[in-house]
Amino acid sequence: MTEPLPPRSDTQRPEEREGLGSPLTEGRGADLAGPLPAGNPRTEGAGFEAQQPQPLQSLATAPLTTSLADGEWHRLHPATPLLRGGIALIAIVGFLITNLRDRFIEGFLPMYRDEDYSGDPVEFLVGEGLLFWALLATLGVVLVVVFFFWLSWRFHTFRITAEIVEVRQGVLMRTNRRARLDRIQGVHIQRPFFARLFGAAKLEIEQAGDDANVQLSYLRGHEADALRRDVLALASGAQRAAAAAAPAAPNGVPGLVEARVQELLAPELDPAEAAAESVVRITPGRLIGSVLLSSGTLSVLAVLAGLGIVSLVTGEPIAVFGALPALLGLGTYLVNRITSGLRYSVAGTRDGLRVGYGLLSTTNDTLPPGRVHSVQLSQGLLWRPFGWWAIRVNRASRSSTNAQQQQTRSLVLPVGTLDDAVRVLELMLPGFDAATVQRAAAAKGGEPDDPFTNSPRRARVLRWFSRRRNGFALLPDVVALRRGWLWRELVLVPLPRVQSVAIRRGPLLRALRLAGVHVHTVAGPISSAIGALDDADAQRFFDEVATGAVRAAGNDSSHRWRSAEAAS
Amino acid sequence: MTETAVTRPTEIEWHGVSPKYIAVDLIGTAVSALIFTAAATVPYWLIQEPWALIPSAAVLLVHLVVLVLTPRRIRSIRYALRADDLLVRRGIMFTRLVAVPYGRMQLVDVNRGPIARAFGLSELKFVTAAASSNILLPGLPAEEADDLRDRLVALAESRRTGL
Repeated sequence: MTEPLPPRSDTQRPEEREGLGSPLTEGRGADLAGPLPAGNPRTEGAGFEAQQPQPLQSLATAPLTTSLADGEWHRLHPATPLLRGGIALIAIVGFLITNLRDRFIEGFLPMYRDEDYSGDPVEFLVGEGLLFWALLATLGVVLVVVFFFWLSWRFHTFRITAEIVEVRQGVLMRTNRRARLDRIQGVHIQRPFFARLFGAAKLEIEQAGDDANVQLSYLRGHEADALRRDVLALASGAQRAAAAAAPAAPNGVPGLVEARVQELLAPELDPAEAAAESVVRITPGRLIGSVLLSSGTLSVLAVLAGLGIVSLVTGEPIAVFGALPALLGLGTYLVNRITSGLRYSVAGTRDGLRVGYGLLSTTNDTLPPGRVHSVQLSQGLLWRPFGWWAIRVNRASRSSTNAQQQQTRSLVLPVGTLDDAVRVLELMLPGFDAATVQRAAAAKGGEPDDPFTNSPRRARVLRWFSRRRNGFALLPDVVALRRGWLWRELVLVPLPRVQSVAIRRGPLLRALRLAGVHVHTVAGPISSAIGALDDADAQRFFDEVATGAVRAAGNDSSHRWRSAEAAS
Repeated sequence: MTETAVTRPTEIEWHGVSPKYIAVDLIGTAVSALIFTAAATVPYWLIQEPWALIPSAAVLLVHLVVLVLTPRRIRSIRYALRADDLLVRRGIMFTRLVAVPYGRMQLVDVNRGPIARAFGLSELKFVTAAASSNILLPGLPAEEADDLRDRLVALAESRRTGL
């Protein structure tokens, strides 16, 4: 079955939604009533005349002070084609240089010439007097490639109005993607190392659904930061005046080299935009330790040990060769995990949680309030002596092609103490009962003041060790599920994000008068189900979550998270 | 304690699916029994040993059990429209009860297979943003399915929320 998608906001036309007054009641009718209205994006940009800016709602769009979010069409960073095809270009040049290395050396130092080059294509060209033509042809090819690069850059435009973000690209195959700003799930800025050298950054506006994100790659670094601020301000429902009054990008124009150096050294969180210091610091020691003691590393080591035993027993060194790729893979994995976790920072901004990390290639993710569908605190067995926890989240934007990216984006806190984790949780789920969670996360369970309802004694057949930790607590606006004895886990699901709730029983559970419950959220790495609960407890859970979810969804205004602030 | 506690709340007005759907499901199971049993006889054609018929016998047996349980299974599919959410329950051995707030529905599908169509039945599928919700109501008379869809869409519209 295909994943049921949240509303396909990318094809929704902005003209349809004018009444900003009741944001909660908009946008679903089309999805429910059947096929979307005529928004065939392809037809719109079919002709080249679509290049002319045609602001649809120039009246509705109060101009912002910054350059990019003004509703006009803009182009990307001029180096975009180079940055996108950059690796391939470098590879080709490198290939040519290594192949012609000898010729270069001999060209300058003819006395070392000792080989016979007859039959060599270069020799052939020189001998036939075709060198000029060969160079001309090469130049021609280069010019054509550059021309097409330039053309694709010219045809790649985007605009951001008060309501939507829209991207048009392609020369022959035109594509046009339009997304509603009030539906954004996050803003992601990525600076791959190569692009950083050019001062460029990739901005991604996350939308619910598979591969529904709007990518703007590449932009100038400071423009990307300004654009993120504007996009979030527009999406938040804050008053335009307030958005426009936000600090503009730094005006001083330092020299080019100086600017690059400054950008490379700048902290990942712009101090002017992040409200506070990063609430968690990860020392390199802790990061390396946590990666080394993670389950991924351990499983690879176990495989290696197995291979070693096999080769010892059989006396065949074949297994050693089998281990080589695994070792290489482990090495890359470790280095990737560690370098990407370096310079980790997390802070609360008024537009939600901001997570940044990366040493050479940096990444910066903003999660507005109400975009976290479930949160998992987890602690593997080997992390327990150090008291480390990791936080993962389920979010509505997914990538079907890039599993690794999916994984890193769901990891909000790679490693931290329980205090760190609770600080991050407080930023993500404002106003939730942090004290209870902090107390319960690492507790054995079953204490007299345990706020969790755990499995009854008769469930020990099914939960040998974790019975006393296997339970739930209904906190205000959050459902908390706790499970696991070796691998401790605490899952928090905000009630306004609950899609549905189920209660299940098989013959075995029925014989034991037990039942399992499952809170359904958008798909992600976290499963929010808990089994082997007492019948009556499960029933109570089901009833309370079912009614609580309806109530919480009705009261929820995180959709336009700053609209209340703007109204007051 | 009997079954009434969990997965069978009593004070709600439950609706069942059409009894005709039992016939539809029986035909479907019978067709699948024919196909798979025939396919499982391939080993017998190849080696002509009597024990090579064991796989097809097993397949047939499984289908017979399913056939016998079908009427009860179909009768166990129930739905109820509460004030703010839809309840769906099904299963005799493995019971499952789901509550979906109307506002969470992203779309409603009405599907009709060839056999069901011959009996004038439709299948309703509710899709939320969560793949695991998986709410299916088979065997509704066509008009009832259309009415229910319209009603659910109207309810969802009046209670619309974000993701």
